[in-house]
Amino acid sequence: MASTGTADAHEAATEDGVRRRDFIEIAAVSAAGVGGLAALIPLISQMAPSADVLAESSTELDISTLEEGQSIKAVFRKQPVFVRHLTPAEIQAANDVDVSSLRDPQTLEERTEDGHHNILVVMGVCTHLGCVPLGAAEGENKGEYGGYFCPCHGSSYDTAARIRKGPAPKNLEVPTYEFTTDTTIVIG
Amino acid sequence: MSFPWAKNYEPVNPVMKFMDEKLPLPRLVYNAVGAGYPVPRNLSYWWNFGVLAGICLVLQIVTGVVLAMHYAANSGIAFDSVEHIMRDVNWGWLLRYMHANGASFFFLVIYIHIFRGFFYSSYKAPREMIWLLGVVIFLLTMATAFMGYVLPWGQMSFWGAKVITGLFSAIPLVGEPIQVWLLGGFAPDNAALNRFFSLHFMLPFVILGVVILHIWALHIPGSSNPTGVEVKQESDTVPFHPYYTAKDGFGLGVFLLIYFMYVFFFPNALGHPDNYIEANPLSTPAHIVPEWYFYPFYAILRAFTFDFIIPAKLWGVLAMFSAILVWFFLPWLDKSPVRSGHYRPMFRKFFWFGLIPCMAVLFYCGGAPAEEPYVMISQIATAYYFLHFLVILPIISSVERPEPLPFSITEAVLGSDDSAVIEPAAKAAE
Repeated sequence: MASTGTADAHEAATEDGVRRRDFIEIAAVSAAGVGGLAALIPLISQMAPSADVLAESSTELDISTLEEGQSIKAVFRKQPVFVRHLTPAEIQAANDVDVSSLRDPQTLEERTEDGHHNILVVMGVCTHLGCVPLGAAEGENKGEYGGYFCPCHGSSYDTAARIRKGPAPKNLEVPTYEFTTDTTIVIG
Repeated sequence: MSFPWAKNYEPVNPVMKFMDEKLPLPRLVYNAVGAGYPVPRNLSYWWNFGVLAGICLVLQIVTGVVLAMHYAANSGIAFDSVEHIMRDVNWGWLLRYMHANGASFFFLVIYIHIFRGFFYSSYKAPREMIWLLGVVIFLLTMATAFMGYVLPWGQMSFWGAKVITGLFSAIPLVGEPIQVWLLGGFAPDNAALNRFFSLHFMLPFVILGVVILHIWALHIPGSSNPTGVEVKQESDTVPFHPYYTAKDGFGLGVFLLIYFMYVFFFPNALGHPDNYIEANPLSTPAHIVPEWYFYPFYAILRAFTFDFIIPAKLWGVLAMFSAILVWFFLPWLDKSPVRSGHYRPMFRKFFWFGLIPCMAVLFYCGGAPAEEPYVMISQIATAYYFLHFLVILPIISSVERPEPLPFSITEAVLGSDDSAVIEPAAKAAE
């Protein structure tokens, strides 16, 4: 049994009516709350890409044998990448378009690297729902704008892989990449 | 929690007496699905589907747990491990076909159960909570089924996972980081497969928990019935056991006949042949469709093809989720005091000639390729779908003149009810 003296000490309030116990309660609940929230961090963060998945996030490609009018399909982050050596006719077709009329206005120049405007590197992932468009391999349907055609919902991309028709909202994504030599590109 | 005339549990043998004192579990079962639960005497076969859904859940859990003993959730060997189950594991073909077809039949039963609720307005007071929990169960079941379909790691598994997680990328700003976080990578791969397996194993037990809450909430007002008139007296009810255990048992027999006809004779009729091709991240199947039970919602997703303030893709995603979330508001959208569609002439017409054809059209368009005329038909059906719940139902409930209701369930069943005569007389005497 606690003596009345101790009880009084516990119940003793400061002038503005705050007891010591109020402070302890708030401190304890706050600590438990912050601790509980902190415990969520590893639980949520574990779902993000792990170190080995992130380590795969660059791909080196040798394009020395890529002839004009040819494409290669590479893999970057387990998704297809299309690298195309554009023909002069394709470059001309891309540059003839009035950019302001496009759904996602971009020029071919903005979508390629300086000094290599004839090499178009895009992700082979339709910006609608992620299907792989056709057009990179020989004999595949290139759609009515001569670039890529997505068979899932009929999006057509032009020779600069810009969206021209169909439900996709954006141009095929240009990944970050650089030319490390004249014939080698590193994606990612 | 029950009617005053409900039979009381009285254990006779000493073991059951001992049990009842220490842990009254038999008493709980007796009061929940035994003779201690009085149920309206006039339930039709449409009331079988709740019990059937529960049985489907148990069937999926039992076959699923044993399949997990042989399945390998690794993107390198998952596809082969499914073939290993089919060819090498004793009875593996049966267990897997039961599980795969079980999912289809589970949804069939749930859809009938939900549409029973629509017709008889089972969502109305005092049963709102049962309805809300039911919608939660439906959402959880959809998530579970989607993740289960990814596990065989075939082409449809892979591209289904890609398209469905791609829906989240429609969310402005945070969409793409969310998609990467959900997948644990930039495209579906081992990380995604593993977490889908973990969640696919866990969620059914969450569903089981919510099902228990659903039944608990049901037992407070008691079951609804085809007249929509509440139970008034003992003559309106019969004990659950043996009356409805027998009726549910008969229904179960019919259900199992049809189910096993599919399992044994058409095991792949409800699936998609592309899923017997191993997942290939570099090649998309020509025609991506979800499982049949998602067709109506897939049609709504694809019905939005034009940008209006926000991008078309985001509209589609919002509409698809809203198509189910709108069910949460049904108890407050339909204000008519009469429950059963049998006594609501206008509501009944819109149910049979509006909602049902609309769902059938959405179902058909969801499985059709995304081209005209299906896109335009989906758009019209989607518009009607939302109009039905948000505009037509509230208007009907204020302008409709319902037909006269029977005095009681007893009167509806027997043609007359003695207390119907006595009671008004007694009231007049007061």
